[in-house]
Amino acid sequence: MYSEKVMEHFSNPRNVGEIEDANAIGQVGNPKCGDIMKMYMKIENDVIVDIKFKTFGCGAAIATSSMATEMVKGMTIEEALQLTNKAVTDALDGLPPAKLHCSVLAEEGIKSAIADYYRRQGIDPEPIVGCNFDCDACHQDHGA
Amino acid sequence: MKARRVYADNAGTTALSKTALDAMMPYLTESFGNPSAIYSAGREAKKALESARATIAEAIGARPEEIYFTGCGTEANNWALRGIAEVKAKNGRHIISSSVEHHAVSHTLEALAKKGYEITYLPVDEYGLISLDDLKNAIREDTILISIMTANNEIGTIQPVAEIGAIARERGILFHTDAIQAVGHIPMNVQEMNIDLMSIAAHKFRGPKGMGVLYIRKGLYVPPLLTGGGQERNRRSGTENVPGAVGMAAAIKEAVDNMDENVKKVTAMRDRLIRELLKVPYSRLTGHPEKRLPGTASFVFECVEGEAMVLTLDNAGISASSGSACSSASLDPSHVLLAIGLPHEVAHGSLRLSINETTTEEDIDYLIATIPPVIEKLRAMSPLWEDKLNEKS
Repeated sequence: MYSEKVMEHFSNPRNVGEIEDANAIGQVGNPKCGDIMKMYMKIENDVIVDIKFKTFGCGAAIATSSMATEMVKGMTIEEALQLTNKAVTDALDGLPPAKLHCSVLAEEGIKSAIADYYRRQGIDPEPIVGCNFDCDACHQDHGA
Repeated sequence: MKARRVYADNAGTTALSKTALDAMMPYLTESFGNPSAIYSAGREAKKALESARATIAEAIGARPEEIYFTGCGTEANNWALRGIAEVKAKNGRHIISSSVEHHAVSHTLEALAKKGYEITYLPVDEYGLISLDDLKNAIREDTILISIMTANNEIGTIQPVAEIGAIARERGILFHTDAIQAVGHIPMNVQEMNIDLMSIAAHKFRGPKGMGVLYIRKGLYVPPLLTGGGQERNRRSGTENVPGAVGMAAAIKEAVDNMDENVKKVTAMRDRLIRELLKVPYSRLTGHPEKRLPGTASFVFECVEGEAMVLTLDNAGISASSGSACSSASLDPSHVLLAIGLPHEVAHGSLRLSINETTTEEDIDYLIATIPPVIEKLRAMSPLWEDKLNEKS
């Protein structure tokens, strides 16, 4: 049911861990629903110079975390905010329909960390990022 | 060590036994006749079919004419529930079941509920057992059927089937049990247990897939789901699966003949597996510690997700399963794990290892050596585990 790419990223996930001096941390998901993603970023001059993640979740949750972090590493904030769940899904050669919410979570995880980055500088992230990400991600209708 | 594969999903399905395969082979090759045909090849097939029926009947304490072949266990469950609901509707529309049934029963009952039947789902305790008092209290004037599984597919808990049968008989209510996980693994006797209908699937005891049986007590009429050529004494039309029936009979005979020995051996391996894996911190056994299937060792490991465990174990050569239904649209974990009172976040970390008599002590060694590091690896990347360690310190 999973593509080879998904299995490859699940089996050898990239960017797992924490960043001690991260200046952007975001967490999305809900343990009740079986997936939580926590993203750590090191942002310098509006560029994501380093990113790590920790994920509790299924194979797709881990694979999308791995792929999404790999995709945004080296991007500017502006570019990273353009990352869609579809782009992550496509990069993984697709996901089963029931697992699309994991790619949504990955997109939100990135945005949540960037929102934190803005908040730390006293900037309201909502107009930039779109929402403040303290929602129960999986209780929303993502329409993915 | 790397190339080792351990199959620990025998509650999912089993490998066909050599005995069953050998018994089937002639009916897959030269003796392919249709049992309904009157010429010799047909008569030969018919003879094999009836001999299989008698063997299966004997294995469960039934009479041959009480055994009806079906295409799978799910069909047997559907037939029993839908058939009894239809034929007994004039007496009432209330059915009693449990909150831990397999979907083949629970989804069928939901379909009946939409047609106006009222279903009482008995709760279970933390081990997955129903209460006999709850059952007695649930019985009403219009109760037509009690359907309670013999043994649970996810946690292995064995219900007090004989006691349920006695209550049903005393109150004059029909009793169906989904015994798909139990037959061939624990002693079953439909007479002694007062069972009126019982579902069986061959592939759970090393018989072939695509082969089920519904036992129907003599004298009880269950209208057919499938109509057509009138096979199975007009109850289940469709050309009989002769090799399937023969394989099922060989497998059930083998399982029942060796049951005492198998139960002893498998239970000892299961208990060693449970003992060792419960040394993993924040782990617990699901299901009853003693009243459980000999081959089922089921757990929850906190802060890891079941599917991720199953996939990582697969990479390490282990086939196991999880009740984590994180692929379901609702994102809810298994209804069984919720019914025994586990919180959602814990229920997501379920792992079921199911062994049988083909499992070796070396297989158990490999499971014990391989599983804890896999859990540790997944916990190392789990933000919940980080929180857990912080709350501890």
